[in-house]
Amino acid sequence: MTEAYEALAKRAAARWDELHARPWVRVGTGLMGEAVGALEVLSALREAIERAGVEATISEVGTTGLCYAEPIVDVHVPDGPRVRYGNVRPEQVETIVQRHVVGGEPVTDLALASVDSNVPGVPRFEQLPMMQGQIRVALRNAGEIDPTDIDQYVARGGFSGLDKALSSLTTEQTLDEIKNSGLRGRGGAAFPTGVKWGFLAGNPAPQKYILCNCEEGDPGAFNDKTILESDPFTLIEGCIIAGYATGASNGIVFIRHGHDSPIDRTRAAIQACYDNGVLGESVLGKEFSFDMEVSLVGESYVAGEETALMEAVEGKRSMPRFRPPFPAAYGVWGKPSNINNIKTLSYAPEIVRRGAEWFAGIGTEKSTGTAIACLSGDIRYPGLVEAPFGLTVRDVIEGMGGGEPTGKALKFLQTGGPLGGVLPAEQFDMVLDFDEMVAAGAMFGSGGLIVCNEERSVVDLTRTLVAFDQMESCGKCFPCRLGMSHILEILERIAAGKGRSSDMELMERVGVNMRGGSLCGHGQLGYNPVASAVRFFGGEFETQLEEGAGALASFVGPKSTRRGAQMSGDTPTASVKPDFVMHIEAVGTSPPS
Amino acid sequence: MLSSLLAAQDELGYLPYEAVDEVSLCTGSSVNEVWAVASFYPNFRFTPPARHSVEICWGPTCHVLGAQPILQGLVSHLGLEGEGDTEDGSISLKYNTCLGVCPHAPAMSFDHELAGRMSLDEAVSRVERIRAADSAGEQQA
Ligand SMILES: Cc1cc2nc3c(=O)[nH]c(=O)nc-3n(C[C@H](O)[C@H](O)[C@H](O)COP(=O)(O)O)c2cc1C
Ligand code: SF4
Ligand code: FES
Ligand code: FES
Repeated sequence: MTEAYEALAKRAAARWDELHARPWVRVGTGLMGEAVGALEVLSALREAIERAGVEATISEVGTTGLCYAEPIVDVHVPDGPRVRYGNVRPEQVETIVQRHVVGGEPVTDLALASVDSNVPGVPRFEQLPMMQGQIRVALRNAGEIDPTDIDQYVARGGFSGLDKALSSLTTEQTLDEIKNSGLRGRGGAAFPTGVKWGFLAGNPAPQKYILCNCEEGDPGAFNDKTILESDPFTLIEGCIIAGYATGASNGIVFIRHGHDSPIDRTRAAIQACYDNGVLGESVLGKEFSFDMEVSLVGESYVAGEETALMEAVEGKRSMPRFRPPFPAAYGVWGKPSNINNIKTLSYAPEIVRRGAEWFAGIGTEKSTGTAIACLSGDIRYPGLVEAPFGLTVRDVIEGMGGGEPTGKALKFLQTGGPLGGVLPAEQFDMVLDFDEMVAAGAMFGSGGLIVCNEERSVVDLTRTLVAFDQMESCGKCFPCRLGMSHILEILERIAAGKGRSSDMELMERVGVNMRGGSLCGHGQLGYNPVASAVRFFGGEFETQLEEGAGALASFVGPKSTRRGAQMSGDTPTASVKPDFVMHIEAVGTSPPS
Repeated sequence: MLSSLLAAQDELGYLPYEAVDEVSLCTGSSVNEVWAVASFYPNFRFTPPARHSVEICWGPTCHVLGAQPILQGLVSHLGLEGEGDTEDGSISLKYNTCLGVCPHAPAMSFDHELAGRMSLDEAVSRVERIRAADSAGEQQA
């Protein structure tokens, strides 16, 4: 153990005891909480605790993944039970504070679950249907810790993986751990992470970058943002480990501009790491330096593609580059780079801490570890689950997700994001596994699972996905730019009941050309949603093509915005000299030297 | 360049000519190059926004759970034809491809605060509350 880590761990343990020596109330105020009123609950809580005059700690935490139960308030009292309250409304806060925080007795009729304690009539957290069967690795701290408090992270074993690597493993041994764990990329392509790191490690350049991809433009997926909101330290630790294993000097976390909370929390966590000797010159007192920063990316789905992301970082339009050269040779600012998804890197700390074999023992032979799935749509318990690979889709949808909430039959699942496909209910016994799902024509992608019941129209959903893909085409190559528009046009007329008998064949022809003639995955996979829908639900398209077929509900969405908006001649100008100029100077515009 | 533009957009709510000029000077790029970037990302707008912002998600989960009736109802309630600003300058309506809170679909945001489990009635009443507060503020001013 490094001396620096020993000191850190000692202080963290003392702080942990302090936190537990008086009432501790945690509120999930991430985006998920915010959307259902957690901020009102938080302010009601602050007032109630102030009125009651008790000394209590209030922490804003991320999410436990049980979105259906948000807002969640988690109350711990010394020598008493710890209970999570679900679907809390501001007017219930007074009761919770008076009876549990002050009185020490849980309010059982409002309780969702007890944590590390037994309360008669209240299920234990891990016994909730949604938690059963989950193995939490990347999400181990989600909802447990204040995402900006480094002591809380360390008290739960944080940075011990990094400490182990720095004090007892060589860079090669660290890389071997990742290779042997079988970890594969969680950003979509499932490429073996250790192999990818090996490419960068093999490049002798002095300045190399680890890029952490939180573009997360996939509609239906929210796991990357949630990790950053709930436990950014695990990403930071994973990124530093990647830096150590590959000899990189810098880490950059790319987050889509839009929501503040993942950005603010990640920035605060990075600052805390600098303040505590975990980042900067000589990490944990060792002869290894590593710097990290957050960089914002404009709204663009294709910006999540690795080379497009590099363009965006350099301040340009997010249009993919030709490869080769590959990022490990020529990446951001022309420097060798390695790019990984947030989830991928978030596994590294536990892999190093507990060993490659432990990780490889979870999941299936070729898909090791866990899958982080985002459940939404027609499902009883929407939210985030971390399930070991090897469970079936049914285990996740009907077990953890609780199945269809209104008693209707489930029809299909949309997976793999807007370039993914559908999986009909008859195939729910399929095992969660990257390769099996690809073979079935429905990739796991980044983990968004949109559940649809018997009332949902496949044609209608496909039209929405294609509208998204069309709008997001970056426009660099014509098979994708024009192909997506063409397919959308055809789908719209089919949906309107005005399709032509040749339309299915025409779409396929366009799709085949896109696959063969596009530069990046967006165009290459752009026909996927249609191909998959037709494969399993071709009949629905046929019915819609029959004479006299009615129109589906009309659909309104933006059409391609990438052609460039027009700046009209009479644009009003700012009346005062704005102070954004200061920002521009502060932000800096030249590449880091 | 992108980060400067985002900072200007955050500060002003839109990119006036001056911002594009300023960024071009500071980065040593031509106005055309700056413009190419700014017009590419939907983050940017080039006219001052209305006083309040309302976003509505048309992503797949929200779509499945009924975003279209809300979206279409709201557009007509506001007297718009799609995304855009209301005539009285009170509301800018913007579509979003996914607000990132799919478990709480259908999702919207009002003045950048997220709101889930929406219905058309709820959306209209929130919009009307914003407008009422807005015109009260106008009269005071
Ligand atoms: C159109 C397109 C969009 C993508 N969007 C994302 C994204 O939002 N997040 C992400 O991690 N990877 C995304 N990817 C995959 C990345 O290119 C890259 O493979 C990934 O970040 C590598 O990380 P991994 O090896 O950890 O999976 C996208 C790819 C394509 C073709
Ligand atoms: S395939 Fe589409 S998204 Fe990819 S580079 Fe070509 S136009 Fe852009
Ligand atoms: S409980 Fe919060 S992501 Fe869900
Ligand atoms: S699809 Fe609407 S919030 Fe994600």
